[in-house]
Amino acid sequence: MSEIIKTDVVIIGAGPVGLFAVFELGLYDLKCHLIDILDRPGGQCAELYPEKPIYDIPAWPIISGHDLTEKLMEQIKPFAPQFHFNRMVTKLERQADGSFHVETDEAEVFEAKVVVIAAGGGSFQPKRPPVPGIEAYEGKSVFYSVRRMEEFCDQDILIVGGGDSALDWALNLQPIARSLTVVHRRAEFRAAPDSVKKMFELVESGSVRFELGQVSGLKGEDGQLTHATIKGTEGETDIPVTRLLPFFGLTMKLGPIADWGLNLHENLIPVSVETFETSEPGIFAIGDINTYPGKLKLILSGFHEAALMTQAAKHIVSPGERIVFQYTTSSTSLQKKLGVN
Amino acid sequence: MAKITFVTHDGARIETNAENGSTVMENAIRNAVPGIDAECGGACACATCHVYVDEEWTSTTGEPEAMEEDMLDFAYDVRPNSRLSCQIRVSDELDGLVVQVPERQA
Ligand SMILES: Cc1cc2nc3c(=O)[nH]c(=O)nc-3n(C[C@H](O)[C@H](O)[C@H](O)COP(=O)(O)OP(=O)(O)OC[C@H]3O[C@@H](n4cnc5c(N)ncnc54)[C@H](O)[C@@H]3O)c2cc1C
Repeated sequence: MSEIIKTDVVIIGAGPVGLFAVFELGLYDLKCHLIDILDRPGGQCAELYPEKPIYDIPAWPIISGHDLTEKLMEQIKPFAPQFHFNRMVTKLERQADGSFHVETDEAEVFEAKVVVIAAGGGSFQPKRPPVPGIEAYEGKSVFYSVRRMEEFCDQDILIVGGGDSALDWALNLQPIARSLTVVHRRAEFRAAPDSVKKMFELVESGSVRFELGQVSGLKGEDGQLTHATIKGTEGETDIPVTRLLPFFGLTMKLGPIADWGLNLHENLIPVSVETFETSEPGIFAIGDINTYPGKLKLILSGFHEAALMTQAAKHIVSPGERIVFQYTTSSTSLQKKLGVN
Repeated sequence: MAKITFVTHDGARIETNAENGSTVMENAIRNAVPGIDAECGGACACATCHVYVDEEWTSTTGEPEAMEEDMLDFAYDVRPNSRLSCQIRVSDELDGLVVQVPERQA
């Protein structure tokens, strides 16, 4: 086990609401670590609609999901939040002294006085394509990401999809593969034009095979894939395949949150509307993941929840300390924290 | 106004009266058509309102635009008559439209 990382607050989820919580907590001197399974901040705004306009962020008549994330990152910079991306929070446990241990799938352990769950609709996980029996091959022959290149050495690799992940991995794995086939349902690709051009150069030279169609079946035994059936314009054909990499985007799944002993209501975490604390004292839930009478899944509601949650969180981290309500406009002490004075 | 019929995977027919200017997806949600999830609320960002447009109607509903084609890459069992129902806007022309709901969305 690696060394324990100690902090005031661990925020699970670096979506817009988790990000803004850093600001509110920071005004009260609470230091934050954020953990997200994505490789960058922004949650749904970054993953699902970076280019789309949002019209209901107060004082921003129009802002894209990407720009909102950038602005939040700029706003919280003075508080030096620590980010841990590409990690799933798997465990959350209260310790004898009342603090919490938060563990990730990379075996890191965080110790925090307060935990804020800002997990939105759950963690982003790869979509499983609609191929019958695919589950049986997952982890042995079917992978949704490449963590270890060795797994793909001298293999007959099949990559399905037309986005950047699909083509980037086709280009990266081709040199070490025994054979590499790309299957996509149409001739147009979402991936960067340069990658598409490079791939078709490899198709021309015979190093990569491209098939128009969809994977309709898998053959093999004990999790070891031997063939895949490709349904193309001219019917079905079987090709030898020992490794399958489907890239069908991400979907949100509640994930490990269900195992943390919290009260749940239809996959959402009920909270107090005064403090946004869950059924477990010291664990708060804000943003899309929580529920209470009248809840709206809006970014602005999440921002409000972050401000109120902070008051209660501060009482836990600094018991007995008097909390002074101040405006950022006029308080010199808050301005010092923001680095503007 | 247009009458739009949704045929669910098990063959049930659900008839709806759709306002001009609304989307086919919105009418599915308003009428609780099973099998239309519409997770993203109509932003063409999720591919969970996928339908098959009845062959007779494909020329009237037209072809998906580039962004919709990109999202269809994520849909289940895509066919030539696949569309995302949030991208089909209702008009008098579509009176009588029939769409089929796929077996599952994602
Ligand atoms: C297409 C679309 C359009 C929208 N338009 C608007 C709009 O116009 N206005 C508006 O107010 N809202 C809009 N929304 C909703 C808005 O995006 C959400 O309300 C907002 O993203 C919620 O923020 P959040 O921080 O609570 O959660 P999210 O943005 O969902 O972020 C949660 C993060 O937590 C991570 N996570 C969860 N569990 C774990 C775990 N166990 N380990 C590691 N990481 C984990 C996830 O990977 C994710 O990155 C829209 C949503 C969509 C999909």
